[in-house]
Amino acid sequence: MMTITEKILAAHCGKKEVKPGELINARLDLVLANDITAPISIKEYRAAGAKKVFDSDRIALIPDHFAPNKDIASAEQCSMLRQFSREHDLSLYFEVGRMGVEHALLPEQGIVVPGDVVIGADSHTCTYGGLGAFSTGVGSTDVAAAMITGEAWFKVPESMKFVYNGKLGKWVGGKDIILKTIGDIGVDGALYRAMEFSGEVIRKLPMSGRLTICNMAIEAGGKNGIIEPDEITEKYVAKRARRKYKFFKSDRKATYVDIREYDLTGMEPQIACPHLPENVKPVSQLASINIDQSVVGSCTNGRIEDMREAAKVIKGHKVHPYVRMIVIPATQAIYKQCIKEGLVDVFIDAGAAFSTPTCGPCLGGHMGILAAGERAIATTNRNFVGRMGSPKSEVYLSNPAIAAASAVLGRIGRPEELK
Amino acid sequence: MKFKGNAWKFGADVDTDAIVPARYLNTSDPKELAKHCMEDSTNPDFMKKMKPGDIIVAEKNFGCGSSREHAPIAIKAAGVSCVVAKSFARIFYRNCFNMGLPIFESVEAVDGIKEGDQIEVDADAGVIRNLTSNKTFTVAPVPPFMQELIAAGGLMAYTKKKAGL
Repeated sequence: MMTITEKILAAHCGKKEVKPGELINARLDLVLANDITAPISIKEYRAAGAKKVFDSDRIALIPDHFAPNKDIASAEQCSMLRQFSREHDLSLYFEVGRMGVEHALLPEQGIVVPGDVVIGADSHTCTYGGLGAFSTGVGSTDVAAAMITGEAWFKVPESMKFVYNGKLGKWVGGKDIILKTIGDIGVDGALYRAMEFSGEVIRKLPMSGRLTICNMAIEAGGKNGIIEPDEITEKYVAKRARRKYKFFKSDRKATYVDIREYDLTGMEPQIACPHLPENVKPVSQLASINIDQSVVGSCTNGRIEDMREAAKVIKGHKVHPYVRMIVIPATQAIYKQCIKEGLVDVFIDAGAAFSTPTCGPCLGGHMGILAAGERAIATTNRNFVGRMGSPKSEVYLSNPAIAAASAVLGRIGRPEELK
Repeated sequence: MKFKGNAWKFGADVDTDAIVPARYLNTSDPKELAKHCMEDSTNPDFMKKMKPGDIIVAEKNFGCGSSREHAPIAIKAAGVSCVVAKSFARIFYRNCFNMGLPIFESVEAVDGIKEGDQIEVDADAGVIRNLTSNKTFTVAPVPPFMQELIAAGGLMAYTKKKAGL
């Protein structure tokens, strides 16, 4: 009797069964790193005297954090990725103009698929659990070793099950579900554990919402987040998968260290207040919080569904005179779709900036850094001290509809408040 | 192996952005990263005050957030000899073993150490001694595989051997 996480790990280490706590060496379907983390991996790889990667079609290097190059030092880091990719003939290097925010790009392009085991030198690698894959963030040295061997060691995690029942209200989605959960269990509430998300709400949730939920499993300390694949998954991956995929499901009698049930009927949009993702409050309690900036984008909420949601709210309105609104589609395909659907017009007519894909302001890199005393509402994933700029600035995390409504109101608020 | 130094105390959930802010991640040079070690933490002047060999002592979930290995690299390059915490975030924990920053888990030690106390960590004996208060605490044992990694000289040395490089 195994959970989906245990089954995927067992299938990748040649065992019939694995148990929580067991140490395994797993075969990897994909290894990824970005312009911040790959330079250390490349240095370690070279220092080890390695000349050949395990598979030139299974290593993705994506310059997305400080790209398009924000300064000379960042340009040097991106250059390292480019050189390494050319030397090793990597098929999954994505240049500016073709790249996107890694965790939005790889599922969209069918490069990660259900049933995979993936590691990435980026903590939000856990996003692909939304497809029914086991994926987890690691450091640069782990990636260096994996580029050589195509394997990584794991301790099989214990699993926690989250069951969501009820019916979601208007302007409530994946972001609110995961913020509610992190608010409940805390930033280390799932430390070292697999977070399995289930229930009738999840079964109806589109792939974008599922990816958002799994994306933030790390914000509760989780090793991975995962959702059993179903017809919605099938519809999403069938047209884009570049490799064969496999659906794994948890046995009904699988063991969980904790099972938590939520009734989400009537739940308001949720906001994480500074300076931890666990400081979660319903939006109605925060109506007096003025904002200077609103950011819609990132690996958490930069998909086309997020763009549509924000555009729907802001259409026909103007961004508050004291607010900068910055919209960043996560990939080129999303950018193009925004043009096609007229969303770019909606944002620009409202007085928002519309940017090329980048992680940019999410980690205080560029494209919207906050000054001391400034406050942002953002659809990103972290609100630590200094995360978006000055250590004296503040970040509130929300879904795209709330970020858009707040941009118009000049304070945290709901779409229903727009006249 | 023994580590001796003065304790610098930090609270719960110290994140990797506090350890080394992302705005400095346009380099991976350890010396550059070390300049900004703990800059966005509750003790922004840490680098001005600390002395080589000193020890970071923190509450639960130290190193949460990003996977950036720049965080343990900055701590190590700053001259911190080791980190003692009630618990560590998963990726940070893994990174420390991979790149060689000694870390120790002990709830009782963290509760029994004050800022500025002189501390000795005896890794082989599995104890932490507070030389200021003359108290001794036990350390959570290091899992066997992690011991194997350390004995091999870190993950890359282990991988080199395995891959026959």
